[in-house]
Amino acid sequence: MANAQTFETICALITPLNKKNIALGPETTFAVDLELDSLTVMDLVADIEDEFDILLPLNLLPDMETIQQVVDAVEKILASE
Amino acid sequence: MDLLDKFDATTALRDSLPFTKADPFTVVMDEIISETEAMIGGRHTILAGTNNYMGMTFNQEAIKAAKDALDKFGTGTTGSRVLNGTYGGHKALEATIADFYGMDHCMVFSTGYQANLGLISALGGKDDYIIIDADSHASIYDGCTMSNATIVRFKHNDVAHMEKRLKRIPEGANKLLVVEGMYSMLGDAAPLKELLEVGKKYGCMTLVDEAHSMGFCGEKGRGIAEELDVEHLVDFFVGTFSKSVGTVGGFAVSNHPKFDVLRYVSRPYIFTASLPPSVVASATAAIKAISRSGNRRAHLWENARSLHAGLKKAGFNLCTETAESPIIAVHLPDPMMGTKFWEQLLMEGVYVNMAAPPATPAGMFLMRVSVCAQHTSDQINEIIKRFITTAEKVGLTLNP
Repeated sequence: MANAQTFETICALITPLNKKNIALGPETTFAVDLELDSLTVMDLVADIEDEFDILLPLNLLPDMETIQQVVDAVEKILASE
Repeated sequence: MDLLDKFDATTALRDSLPFTKADPFTVVMDEIISETEAMIGGRHTILAGTNNYMGMTFNQEAIKAAKDALDKFGTGTTGSRVLNGTYGGHKALEATIADFYGMDHCMVFSTGYQANLGLISALGGKDDYIIIDADSHASIYDGCTMSNATIVRFKHNDVAHMEKRLKRIPEGANKLLVVEGMYSMLGDAAPLKELLEVGKKYGCMTLVDEAHSMGFCGEKGRGIAEELDVEHLVDFFVGTFSKSVGTVGGFAVSNHPKFDVLRYVSRPYIFTASLPPSVVASATAAIKAISRSGNRRAHLWENARSLHAGLKKAGFNLCTETAESPIIAVHLPDPMMGTKFWEQLLMEGVYVNMAAPPATPAGMFLMRVSVCAQHTSDQINEIIKRFITTAEKVGLTLNP
């Protein structure tokens, strides 16, 4: 269950930013549900990059609205390495 | 459903700011008295929010050259640089800039924005990587968007953060590192030597934007790379005529033997009209004047240091510890205070820029003050005095 592990790891990085303490699920969105501004998202992206030792290029950001989309992107990058 | 509905949040934010007497987004300069003074709303106002760092907008040689060019060549070229839009003046300007930078090639663009757009979009191909600072100017971000490259972003001025990311880029990929010498909102300088050395260690080609450092950094005024003696680590310099040069336009210089091919592939260079002859002539004269303006540079730095010291002593919260540039940015606690402060300061007869997100990093609300080499010491003291008066009137707490 690589997917579940990646999900857990990413949720752990999001938790400190989850100010409203909402339940985190695959469909949770960064902008609407978590109300993260673009600067917080930038820091989160950097944390995810460092956690998995990968690059999450800026080009991918528009397609990463939900946690699941980030999990998929991270796994795709890890698989291609 | 309306295409413009998506901007309702912006309209709401804009409407929530309590401007009553003036509005920073619709200020009109009715009359420009000099490089440092204007009439705004019938009020005699000190200009402390321009990018006219070297005070070249009324340089006599630049004005004369522009007038002559207007008489001889007319009001505009009505065409692209690669069709009918290259006059003798455009070539002379490119030669002047190449000579100023001591480099082999120069391309002149119609704005500084287009210079970044044109270089970055052309250089970044499908399999290439562009590495940028998070606080980069919109023209750098837009150039990246327009390119086909993979964009990697590192934390502002953070060399270690950048290196971590450079390590992760596949070996053998072409890499372009893009940084600015001076960042225009906070007026903070880049650790250019370290950034460029690490960039070169990982095989990057490097582009340095000296828009807000050309004119007054370095002995000749070429920018921060000259000042730090690291010009040999720079493959491409980008700059503008709309700051220290006092007009409008942009340029790129390089020693790369294949540089000129960009004239055939850079869309922001090709698909727009070239600069009018008068602008080209004044830019040429101003750059020559800048290269021999050592005294002006010294006075500009004096102004920047005394403004910084004066505001700091009064207890304002400044964005940099010392005056790193002619841009002195003052933190204000929130949009409401920012709005009131900016408006009152204008009523006191000082114009500064109100800077707000998304133009500012980290959601900051700033009074961005910028000084000019032509400001007198009296004017600088007057700016400080009126800042203090404004703080009293709007109830901003100072911590001297």
